Amino acid sequence: MRMPAPDDGVIARRREIIAALRAIVPGEGVIADESELRAYECDGLTAYRQLPMVVVLPSTVEQVSRVLRTCKAMGVKVVPRGAGTSLSGGALPLADGVLLGMGKFNRILDIDFANRCVVTQPGVTNLGISTAVAHEGFYYAPDPSSQIACTIGGNIAENSGGVHCLKYGLTTNNVLGLEMVLMDGTILRLGGKHLDAGGYDLMGVVTGSEGLLGVVTEVTVRILRKPATARAVLIGFPTSEQGGDCVAAIIAAGIIPGGMEMMDKPAIHAAEDFVHAGYPLDVEALLIVELDGPAAEVDHLIDQVAEIARSKGCCYSRVSTSEEERLSFWAGRKAAFPAVGRISPDYYCMDGTIPRKALPLVLHRMQEMSDRYALRVANVFHAGDGNLHPLILYDANKPGELERAEAFGNDILRLCVEVGGVLTGEHGVGVEKRDLMTDQFDEVDLDQQQRIKCAFDPDGLLNPGKVFPKLHRCAELGRVHIHKGELRFPDIPRF
Amino acid sequence: MTVTTFKPDSVTQAADAVRWALSEGTPLDVAGSGSKRGLGRPIQTACTLDLSGLSGVVAYEAEELVLTARAGTPMAEILPMLAERRQQLAFEPQDLGPLLGQPEGQGTLGGVISCGLAGPRRISAGSARDHTLGIEGVNGRGDLYKGGGKVVKNVTGYDVPKLMAGSFGTLTVLTELTVKVLPAPEDVRTLLLAGREDAAAVAALTAALQSPYDVSGAAHLPAAVAARSHVRPVVAVGGAVTLVRVEGFGPSVTARVAALKEELGADAVLDREESRAVWKEVRDVAFFCPHTPTLVCPHPNPPPLGGGGDHSPSPASAGEGRGGGQDTRHVWKISVQPSEGPRVAESIRWALDAELYFDWGGGLIWAAVAPTPDSATAIRGALGTAGHATLVRAPEDVRSAAEVFQPLPDPVMALSRRVKESFDPCGILNPGRMYAGV
Repeated sequence: MRMPAPDDGVIARRREIIAALRAIVPGEGVIADESELRAYECDGLTAYRQLPMVVVLPSTVEQVSRVLRTCKAMGVKVVPRGAGTSLSGGALPLADGVLLGMGKFNRILDIDFANRCVVTQPGVTNLGISTAVAHEGFYYAPDPSSQIACTIGGNIAENSGGVHCLKYGLTTNNVLGLEMVLMDGTILRLGGKHLDAGGYDLMGVVTGSEGLLGVVTEVTVRILRKPATARAVLIGFPTSEQGGDCVAAIIAAGIIPGGMEMMDKPAIHAAEDFVHAGYPLDVEALLIVELDGPAAEVDHLIDQVAEIARSKGCCYSRVSTSEEERLSFWAGRKAAFPAVGRISPDYYCMDGTIPRKALPLVLHRMQEMSDRYALRVANVFHAGDGNLHPLILYDANKPGELERAEAFGNDILRLCVEVGGVLTGEHGVGVEKRDLMTDQFDEVDLDQQQRIKCAFDPDGLLNPGKVFPKLHRCAELGRVHIHKGELRFPDIPRF
Repeated sequence: MTVTTFKPDSVTQAADAVRWALSEGTPLDVAGSGSKRGLGRPIQTACTLDLSGLSGVVAYEAEELVLTARAGTPMAEILPMLAERRQQLAFEPQDLGPLLGQPEGQGTLGGVISCGLAGPRRISAGSARDHTLGIEGVNGRGDLYKGGGKVVKNVTGYDVPKLMAGSFGTLTVLTELTVKVLPAPEDVRTLLLAGREDAAAVAALTAALQSPYDVSGAAHLPAAVAARSHVRPVVAVGGAVTLVRVEGFGPSVTARVAALKEELGADAVLDREESRAVWKEVRDVAFFCPHTPTLVCPHPNPPPLGGGGDHSPSPASAGEGRGGGQDTRHVWKISVQPSEGPRVAESIRWALDAELYFDWGGGLIWAAVAPTPDSATAIRGALGTAGHATLVRAPEDVRSAAEVFQPLPDPVMALSRRVKESFDPCGILNPGRMYAGV
């Protein structure tokens, strides 16, 4: 993976650029000292590191606007950053770029229970929103596992998901409004407390754009009343096929569980050794199905789920009878990543989505790859929506293992695309999957996406080097090639 | 005026037609079945690209919760197919045909998504855009491309499908769509509250939506609109009717209805058939339909519940603008924050001769207004800066003169123009359908 070559001309003007930023954001809001810059050298994808040229931490939308306008005028690239928890390198700095940290935008502006929404600055954490409305029994539904640390602004950039998104949607399904700043300093408001924005759904394309289209400075999200109750059932199967069949049968019965997670044997063992959740160790696949909602509904459905599991040949089944027991079911799953971290010096977390029916094939092929690359793999799986998180175990201190792990991971993602799925279900493309984009999209597809980028940021200064494997100039993409009078199929029916 | 209609029966032909139009500099009127041609700004093109030949479900995998169909596939084909597997499009697509003077059930999947039409369940399940997972289509350069994916969870690249929903065919000639499908509720009931004023009704709807009982529809019909319903218990109230819908598994519906009835002080509960009928009316704005055989106004003074037994609808009592049973009033769709609904409604009533009702917990106002030259100004004045208003039904000359869609702030409009250019640099796809120059 290579980032665009740094522009020495820009680096040579570093002092001038820092002075210009200091004129906008005074005092400690501009960081230029190398030891302090170190804190920003990577995000959650720690395999890639790069010191930014300078960090700027604005605290008002006007400052964000002036910083972007100034950087555009000076031809300087900008990388926006929330809490830096991206697992795909979305906030990886550039040697010749300004890192724009949004951490000072940390206030909730308006809690509106009557309209069931919260207006917040983007640096507020995902969990912070839920906490702020918990006293009235509300919460913000998308719950990425980094929710203690990740910010709502970062969630917008990545269109973050979580365990509950099959039933409650991704970030994009829970955002009502945005205020954002374009690279030329223009401040825009899209949507609001009402439903649907007028005109094009620009908010829809900004959400999940990985910081390439604009910098979000304010967010309006919808909040939901907490489900009255939640119960879970833990189900073990002798084969992963049966586990997959059970998931399909639950959905075919019209049940959309609040959460439906699957783990394979290596993941079960790692989790059980770590947190002693009471998982059965003699099963090939373990399913956690959580039902939430009114008590009458949950009680009605939990029996149905247990019955479906029996009909699909489960060899283990336990229904939670208390809140403690329900949480213990989740304890292992939630600790799966650190648990794998205990049994291996390093691990690499992948994030493809597949049509669920392809699960047995994908697991089988993954095992073959595991043998070929001589690296172990453990799988946790958002089974309801087909989002697979294979964890590849490796040791970065052994020469060549990181490269092998990456090659293995790339093969897994190509396999996801091959069976009809996609490269990333919730972590984003970033730098990590950038060079695989051509496996999912052809050049025409990617050109159209880059033309959207041109509409927002014609100079390509915002977060370049992420998402798209090849950078085109907007002028080149904008050319229209017309072949006069060409009609290869003159037989189109016409009237 | 349309001179030529291209009706491709393959994607290649569709792409070819666009390339031809591009080379000739001839804009295309991009249409599915044409059932919603009356929606949006009128456009004048020499050619129509009729996509109804690109029809058929390509893949439907109920357990994967996705359906892929060619853009011109009739909704009348898709909906029964889903119903057979007890699934649905959860955003509750509207059928605006009858409101626009067309027969029922004529729309296509491409048309529903392109117009972004979602019904009462919008408040809980999201809109058309939330269920559009993947697209394939021809942009204004004549390039066939794809965006999004065919699985329910995907963040790979920009979310191009969202941009297509509600773009009225101005960005891309859609040839294929992949949409999320979800289980259809096993049962449905509706709580009915009688005789509430707007503000009290919206307060009750707010309480229902704040409850943990998963309300999936929240509407308020002031007396004049409730009187236009042909669902007997609704008409029988003889006044304003507030409706709260509860859907799901049988035992769950029973329990939630009982709890809500108590909490809201509901006056009645509509059964399954009554619920389905009244929410269809709310969804399709049936109260303001110009003339349909099924929708005829009830007696001005309806008989009490259980009385009469006359099931045949009586002739319409022609109101203002409904001369001879023909409702020729202009119909507006107004989206506001729910708590502002009653205030906006009051301002509209004060300024115009208007009949209106609320959906989306007070956040959506459907208003039928007597034709006057300044109604757009009055409606948008009542709205202020928060929200948007769309002129959904009006004669062509009115839609040519007025802003059909909410005027956008300058920076958003400028960006929208650039987005349009990024798909359709020469402006050949439905130019001007949404905004002049877009």
